[in-house]
Amino acid sequence: MMLTRESLLNWAMIAALLIVPVAAWSLDEPFIITLATKAAILALAGVGLNIALGLGGLISLGHAAFFGIGGYAMGILAAHAQNYEPLFEWPFLFEGSNQMPLIWLVAVVFSALAALVIGALSLRTSGVYFIMITLAFGQMLYYFAISWSAYGGEDGLSIWVRNEFPGLNTLDPIQFFAIAYVILCLALAFAARLARSPFGLALAAARQNEDRVQAVGLTPFTLRLTAFVISGAITGLAGALFADLNRFVSPTMLSWHTSGEIMIFVILGGVGRLYGPVAGTALYILLEHLLGGISDYWQIFLGVLLLLIVLFARGGLIGALAGREKAHG
Amino acid sequence: MTYILVLEQILNGLQLGMMLFLMAAGLTLVFGVMGLINLAHGSLYMVGAFAAAAVAGWTGSFLLALTASLAAAAAAGALMELVVIRRLYRRDHLDQVLATFALILIFSEGTRWLFGSFPLFLDVPSYLSGPVSLPGGIQYPLYRLTIILIGLAVAAGLFLLIARTRIGIQIRAGEADREMIAALGVDISKLYTVVFALGAALAGLAGALVGAIQSVQVGMGEPVLILAFVVIVIGGIGSIKGALAGALLVGMTDTLGSVFLPQLFAVFMDPASAASAGASLASMLIYILMAAILLVRPSGLYGGSA
Repeated sequence: MMLTRESLLNWAMIAALLIVPVAAWSLDEPFIITLATKAAILALAGVGLNIALGLGGLISLGHAAFFGIGGYAMGILAAHAQNYEPLFEWPFLFEGSNQMPLIWLVAVVFSALAALVIGALSLRTSGVYFIMITLAFGQMLYYFAISWSAYGGEDGLSIWVRNEFPGLNTLDPIQFFAIAYVILCLALAFAARLARSPFGLALAAARQNEDRVQAVGLTPFTLRLTAFVISGAITGLAGALFADLNRFVSPTMLSWHTSGEIMIFVILGGVGRLYGPVAGTALYILLEHLLGGISDYWQIFLGVLLLLIVLFARGGLIGALAGREKAHG
Repeated sequence: MTYILVLEQILNGLQLGMMLFLMAAGLTLVFGVMGLINLAHGSLYMVGAFAAAAVAGWTGSFLLALTASLAAAAAAGALMELVVIRRLYRRDHLDQVLATFALILIFSEGTRWLFGSFPLFLDVPSYLSGPVSLPGGIQYPLYRLTIILIGLAVAAGLFLLIARTRIGIQIRAGEADREMIAALGVDISKLYTVVFALGAALAGLAGALVGAIQSVQVGMGEPVLILAFVVIVIGGIGSIKGALAGALLVGMTDTLGSVFLPQLFAVFMDPASAASAGASLASMLIYILMAAILLVRPSGLYGGSA
C-alpha cells in the first residue's frame, strides 16, 4: 500500500479515535468515552451514506430513514424483551430480544429491505428528482413513526438497560466503545474493499459516464440499486447502535435534519474520501461540544462553516490537510 | 356523514392546496430558470411569518403585516441570492443541497436567537374572522375563504406575469436557453435575482397567511417545504401549471385522507384501531400518491424529460 499523505492522515485519525477514549478511560472520564462512541457510531452512518454518495454519486437526502429503521429495530425488539410481551406468536413464538447480534441482524435486514423499495422507486429518476424523492420517502417514515402510537408515537421508546453482547459488559462505556469501534473499522475495511472491487469500479464508472457503462453491457440501475441497499444497511446498523447508545429511539432519528447531518459528516470530512466520515464526525462532535458550551445557537457557526466549506474548500477537512484527490480515486 | 362536511373538507383541501402552490411556485420557478434546488425556501416562509407577526404586534394592522411579510421575504431572498445562491448556479446539486441546508441552520438559529424559542401569534383581523354563509347552507370561516381567494388571485397573476409581460418572456427564455438570452442583451444575473426574490415573496406571503391560523415558530417552514417538494415532483419540476395541479392534488389528498380514512377503516375495524390505522395511513397517503405517479410518469405530470 502506498503511503500517501492521505493514508497517513487516515491512520492517524483512526488511531486518535482509539487513543482518546482509552486515555479518557485511564483518567476515568466516562463522558469523553461516550463522545468518542457517538463519533464512531455516527461515522459508521456516514460510511454507509458515503457508499451511495461518494462512490455512486447518489445524493440521498433520505438516509435518516435507514438510520431510524435501525433504531426502531433495536427499540421494538428490546421493548418486547423487557416487557415479556411476545412480538408475534405465529408462525413461531418470538419474544423480542436484548442480544445485540440478533438486533443488528434485524436492523440490517429491515433497513436493506427499505433501501431496496425506496431505491427501486427513486432510482427511476435522477438529479433533483432523486434528491427530493429520497427526502420525501424519509419524511413519510418520519410521519408514520409519529402516528404509530403502539411504539411511543412522537414521544419515542425508552429502553431501561442497554442490550447485551455475549462475553462483554455493554454497560461499561469503554466496552461499548470497543464494539462500536470494531464495527466502524470493519465497515471501513469493507468500504475500501468494495471501492476496489469490480463492482465498485463499475459503480464509480456509472457515476462518471453512464453511457459508456451501458455500452460495455453493465446496467447502471442495478449497480446503483445494489450500492443504495448496501449503503442503507450500513446506516441502519449505525442506527441500531446509536439507539443503544442513548437507550432511546424517537422519530427525530428519522427526521430530515438527521439526513442532513449524516450528509454533513461526509462533507465536512471530504466527499468520496474513504475516511471522510471519520474526520467529519470527529470535527462535528468537537464543534458541538466546544461551541455548544459557548452558545446555545452554535448551529449558526456550523452553518457558516459548512457554507464556507461548500463555497471555498470543496475537499473538506481531508482535502485541506492531505491535498487534492488523485484523478482516479 | 353529510354532504356539508364533505364540502367543508374539500374547501379545506383547496385552502391547503393554495398555500402549497404559493410555496411550490417559487421553488419550481427557481429550479426551472436557474436549475437550482433550494432547501432554504422554507426559511423564507418562516421569515415572512415572523415579519408579519412582528409588524402586526407593533402596528396592529393585518394589511401592513402582510405587506411586511412580502417585503421582508423578498429582501431576505434577494440578499440570499446575492451573497450565496449565485455562486451555486454552476455547481452540482450536492453543493446546492449542502449550501442551502447551511442557510437553513443559519436562518433557523438566527431567528431563534432574535425571537426566542416560544411561538408568536398572529391574530386574524376582526373583519376577516367569523364564519360566512356560502350557497348550499355551508358555514365556512371567512379567513380560510380569503386565503383561497388570495391563492387563486396570485395564481392568476403569476400566469399573466409569465405569459403576458416582458419579464415573463425573459423568464421563459431563460428556462429555454440562458446563453442565448444573455447574448441578446438581457442582464441575466439581475433577472435571476428578481426571480429569486419573487419566489421568496410568495413563500413569505404563504408563511404570513398560514401564521394566522397556526403559530409562528422556528422550523415552521420545513414541513411545508417538504410538502412543496412532493408537489413539484408530482407536477413536474419547472412547470407552474404542474405546481398548481400538484398543489391541489396534494392539498385534497392530505386533507380528505386524514378526515375520511379513519371513518372508512371504522366500517370494518373497531373504532380505536381504525382511528390509529387510519391516521397512520393518512400521514403516508401523499407519499404513496407521489410514488404511484412516479411509477407512471417519472418526470411528473407536466414535466419534460428530467
